[in-house]
Amino acid sequence: MKKKRKNKLEGLQKRKAIAGYLFISPFIIGFLVFMVKPLFQSLYMSFCEVELGSGTFNPVWTGTENLLYIFRVDPEYTRLLTEEMGRMMVYSLAIIVFSFFVALILNQEFKGRALVRAIFFLPVILASGVILGLETDNQLMATLAQQIEDTTSNISITDALENILRTAGIGTRAFEQVFEIIDNIYDVAIASGIQIIIFLSGLQTISSSMYEAADIEGCTKWESLWKITFPMISSMFLVNWIYTVIDFCMRSDNEVIEKIQEVMIDQMRYGRASAMSWVYFLLILAFIGVSSFLISKRVYYYD
Amino acid sequence: MTKKNKEYKSIKPLAQYTYWERNKLSGGYLLKRQVTDVVVSICRFVLLFGMCFLILQPIFNKISVSFMTEQDLFNPIVINIPEHFTTENYKMASAIMEYPKALVNSLIISLTIALLQIAVCTLVGYGFARFNFPLKKFWFACVILVILIPPQTIASSLHLHFRFFDILGIFKMITGDTVNLRGSKLPYYLMSAGCMGLKNGLYIYMIRQFFRNIPEDMEEAAYVDGCGMLKTFLRIMLPESKPIVTSCFLFAFVWQWTDGFYSKMFLGSTKLVSTSLARLVDSLGTFIQRMTGIKTTVSIAYSNCILATGTLMIILPLIVLYLFAQRAFVESISSSGIKM
Repeated sequence: MKKKRKNKLEGLQKRKAIAGYLFISPFIIGFLVFMVKPLFQSLYMSFCEVELGSGTFNPVWTGTENLLYIFRVDPEYTRLLTEEMGRMMVYSLAIIVFSFFVALILNQEFKGRALVRAIFFLPVILASGVILGLETDNQLMATLAQQIEDTTSNISITDALENILRTAGIGTRAFEQVFEIIDNIYDVAIASGIQIIIFLSGLQTISSSMYEAADIEGCTKWESLWKITFPMISSMFLVNWIYTVIDFCMRSDNEVIEKIQEVMIDQMRYGRASAMSWVYFLLILAFIGVSSFLISKRVYYYD
Repeated sequence: MTKKNKEYKSIKPLAQYTYWERNKLSGGYLLKRQVTDVVVSICRFVLLFGMCFLILQPIFNKISVSFMTEQDLFNPIVINIPEHFTTENYKMASAIMEYPKALVNSLIISLTIALLQIAVCTLVGYGFARFNFPLKKFWFACVILVILIPPQTIASSLHLHFRFFDILGIFKMITGDTVNLRGSKLPYYLMSAGCMGLKNGLYIYMIRQFFRNIPEDMEEAAYVDGCGMLKTFLRIMLPESKPIVTSCFLFAFVWQWTDGFYSKMFLGSTKLVSTSLARLVDSLGTFIQRMTGIKTTVSIAYSNCILATGTLMIILPLIVLYLFAQRAFVESISSSGIKM
């Protein structure tokens, strides 16, 4: 009797396992056919010189020649790579800080909250794909901005502040980064739509009784921000950080990706392009791995 | 007696005190608090207004530019309101992009692709959320990997993969040659059916998160009543998951609409709004040359004006969609409770 029941349980578990595999089978097939195979092929091609004949292609094994080429000979690749990685770190940090700040503001009660939230989410829809790429090299806007900057440099507050801080001469390079972000606040704002919503949903799950208790104990708003809000939504920081880094790396106006596409499509150097994209991919993976490990050590799980 | 009376008087209802008396009673706290409230809300208004303006300004700018003639663009007095109002730019951009045709094409492709992707992703997400099977963690790690891998990494080999397409050598056996699928729409539909389309890993992740939050009792009740696995999914769980599926569908639609990379790679021969927008500036010169027969160089200002018009024409359907489905876009993300 007991044995029979056990068998039946196993039968159900087995059936569930089979059903589970059936449900995810589209993913498995797609993953194997359209991801694993091309991935290994491109890994193989990155060690090859690909010769395109009429109707055929045959990779010729050249060892690490492609890798040596992109790092030693190619004049642009290493420069673009380091620049892009540096920019990614600075901008991702800026996006996280900005979206956290905006989420904190939007979490308060005021009139027109829904409207403001809708406006902050708008770039997720409008500034994506090709439009983003066109936005950045819009020469008309660039010349206009230059003109405005030239004519108003004496009266602008940020410029005056910049000058004061520059002449003070403390930590000039760190300031430069901050100034760059402030100048490009539009880029930061349009890239933080989803992050704001994720932070906001995290903020709304914190029960207000915690803040009330802290308030009664004499905790100031500033203290409760650090002691309650931060630990409670620390897992959101991890999610947002990973999302932001990936989003930044795959933007269509990313210079490394532009370079890869140029090498692949215009110069028809498939092997070299594969090597470039593999190096880029591994770097991103390592960066995400290390940084999310560091963040996840500090994440606090309430439940 | 009088003293007692006075004491009694001092606790009269709060409404009978004047504002300043109440303030005095609270030791200045009332006034302080009200002043901070006002200051905070003014600061908040200024900040939010500034940031909203920052986001909306490019759109307003595009709208005003799109109605200007070339003459207005070079007129330093004209900034926002065009002096010579014209709709010529729209006609021009529409003619270059073959707008009506591209619009219909984009609509059909985005709709079908989004439907296919979300249908498959919902199945997969449900499978990951609700069933226990061996190697589950491994396959889910693969989903995360799909989110992480830039599509550009595998672009070149996918290129070749579809150029010499074959399933386990079957086609080669029958016809003696591999099938060239470049230039047809089939590869992209195949990829979408295999969850490898644009950002599909993300949709799987979001849908899985959503299903994990639904209590399991409902399914168990269905199983007890003799409902099969697929029927339970279709009848019980799918109606529950309406919000997340709608929003993922909207995302898939919108991102497919504006996508340049996959469209250029797989749907290059089909006229789409996204790809024709990307080519708009390049084709402007040749278009004008063909119309007038004179070789001219187009000024940067004018080409940007046309570009702004084209961009507006492309995002207009999206704006309309967003106006109606704003809640679906925003609220599903918060409801899915994304966590690590």
